[in-house]
Amino acid sequence: MSIRERLSGNEAAATAMKQINPDVVAAFPITPSTEIPQYFSTFVDNGVVDTEFVAVESEHSAMSACIGAEAAGARAMTATSANGLSLMWEMIYIASSLRLPIVLSLVNRAVSGPLNIHCDHSDAMGVRDAGWIMLFSENNQEAYDNLLMAHRIAENENVQLPLMVCQDGFITSHSIENIQLEEDEEVKKFVGTYKPKHYLLNDKEPIAVGPLDLQGFLFEHKAQQAEAMKNAKDVILKVSEDFEKWTGRHYGLFEEYMLEDAEIAIVCINSTAGTTKFVIDNLRKQGVKAGLLKLRVFRPFPSTEIAKALSHLKAVAVLDRADSLNAIGGALYSDITSSMYTENVHVPMVNYVYGLGGRDTKSTDIESVFNDLQEIVKTNKVENPYRYLGLRKEEK
Amino acid sequence: MKDLIEIRWHGRGGQGAKTASLLLADAAFNTGKYIQGFPEYGPERMGAPITAYNRISTNPITIHTNIYEPDYVVVVDDTLLESVDVTSGLKEDGAIVINTTKSADYLRNVLKGYNGAIYTIDAKKISEEALGRYFPNTPMLAAIVKVSNVMTDEALLEDMKGSFKHKFAKKPEVIDGNMKALEIALKEVKKI
Repeated sequence: MSIRERLSGNEAAATAMKQINPDVVAAFPITPSTEIPQYFSTFVDNGVVDTEFVAVESEHSAMSACIGAEAAGARAMTATSANGLSLMWEMIYIASSLRLPIVLSLVNRAVSGPLNIHCDHSDAMGVRDAGWIMLFSENNQEAYDNLLMAHRIAENENVQLPLMVCQDGFITSHSIENIQLEEDEEVKKFVGTYKPKHYLLNDKEPIAVGPLDLQGFLFEHKAQQAEAMKNAKDVILKVSEDFEKWTGRHYGLFEEYMLEDAEIAIVCINSTAGTTKFVIDNLRKQGVKAGLLKLRVFRPFPSTEIAKALSHLKAVAVLDRADSLNAIGGALYSDITSSMYTENVHVPMVNYVYGLGGRDTKSTDIESVFNDLQEIVKTNKVENPYRYLGLRKEEK
Repeated sequence: MKDLIEIRWHGRGGQGAKTASLLLADAAFNTGKYIQGFPEYGPERMGAPITAYNRISTNPITIHTNIYEPDYVVVVDDTLLESVDVTSGLKEDGAIVINTTKSADYLRNVLKGYNGAIYTIDAKKISEEALGRYFPNTPMLAAIVKVSNVMTDEALLEDMKGSFKHKFAKKPEVIDGNMKALEIALKEVKKI
C-alpha cells in the first residue's frame, strides 16, 4: 500500500536513499541539495540505515569515494548541485568509463558565474556527454520514483553505467507537496541486492580497475560505453514497467500530455512541464489544441521516439533552462532538431532559453510561447528560432 | 472553499512566515487536500523582507511558479506595508490579513485603494499573552485559516495539537501556550 505523505523534493530524495539503504554515501554539502546528505546523515546517526557515510572535504572526493566504493563491489550514492558537480567533473568521466553504476541526486542549480544559487539546468547540461544516464523529474514524486528505479537500471549487466536523477533546485527541492511513498520492505524487494559480476574485493578473481588504456584499446572501450548507453533505453522501459506493476505509476522515456491530437506543443524538462500542463488545461478550455512532450530520459536520448511523437504537429517550441552560448540554441533543442532531421521529419521549430538563475517562469510566459506557436502556424514562418523567454528588455 | 486557493505571505526573516506557510500546508494536507508550501529564497538574513506561498486544492497541483494573483495575503509585519506592494495582484474577492494595531484609516490609505476585505489581528499581544514571547507565526496561522476558511477551527486546533506535540517534544511546556495563541487568534481576527 502506498503511503500518502507530504515532502519537499529534497526530503523525497533523502527518503528514497533511506529506503534503498546503500552501502556507501559520500557527499559534500552545497545549496540547494545540502538537505539530502543532511537528512541522510541523521538516518545514519539514528541507525535507520547501516550505510557507511563518508563526510568528505570536497565534491571531487565525494565522487572519488563513490568510485572506490563501487569498484570494491559496494552500492554507492551521492548528491550535489551546480559547482559541486563542476568539481566532480574529472571523476564523473572516470565513473562512467569504469562502468560503475553510482547513483547521483542532482538538484539543478546555475553553475557560477555570475554567482547564483537558484535553478537552471546548466549543471546537468554541462555533463550531458559524460556517459551518465540522466533522468529528469517534474516534482518530488518523480524525483522519488526515479531514484527507486535508478539502481535496477544502472546496475543491469547490459548497462553498468552511472545514473543521475535531476530535479529543480528550490522550485521542487524546497517545496512541500503531496507524494505517495512506498513501504520500506517493498522498496527493498524492488531495488534488490547489488551483485556485481567483477569487483575489487573478490579474492577469487583478482582484477585491476582503471589501468592505462592506450591506442590499442581505449577506442573499443568507448564504443562499449556507447553500446551500454544504447542498451539502457530498453532497460529503463523494462524497469519502468515493473515499477508500474508495483505502484501503478506509469513512466516511459517521456510523457505525452494532450499531445496526441495537439497541433502545437512545448518540449521541456523538470518543473516547467507542470506549469505547462496547467496552461494547456486552460488553453484546451478555449479550444486551442496545445500539448506537451515532457522528457524524462535525456541520456540515452530517445531520438526516434521523440521524432515520431512530434511528427504530426504544426509547430513545436523546445524550452531550454540553460543557454549553450553557442549562437545556435540550447542543448535540448539541438538534440531534438537533429533527431527530427535524422528521422526525416520536418516540423517548424523554435527554441526558448528560459528561467536562467532561477528567473520564475510564469504561466503567462508559457502562454506567450503557445501564442507564438499559433502565429508560426498562421504565417508558416519561423523568424529567429533561438529566442529568450522571460528576459527583461533593456529600458530605453 | 474554491477548488484552488492561493496564499502569499509577507514577513521578515526570523519571524516564522516560512514556518507558518509550511504549518498551513501541513494542516491542509491533513484535511485531505493537495498542497504546496514554498518560500521564495533570496539572500536570507534576519529582518529582510521574505515571501512564502501556499496553494491548497481539491485536485492535484501541477503549476510550479510563484503566486502573482493570490486569493489571500498575510502580512506578518506591518512595517512592510510602506515598502512592499503587499496587495500586488491580490484578488478583490479575496482578503488581506495584517498583524497590526494601526488604524483602519491608515491601513486603507497605505493599501492604496485595495477594495477587498481587510482583516487585522494583534499577533504581538496574543503571542505575549499566550507564550510570554513574540512569535507572530502561530496567531497568523490561525487568522488566515479563519479568514480563508480552508478548514474548520476544530480541524486546525486538533491538527496543530498533534504538530506541536511532535515539534516541541523536547519542550512540552510551550505546547499549551501555542494552542492558547491559536484559540485567541481564531476569536480576535477582525474585519475592518
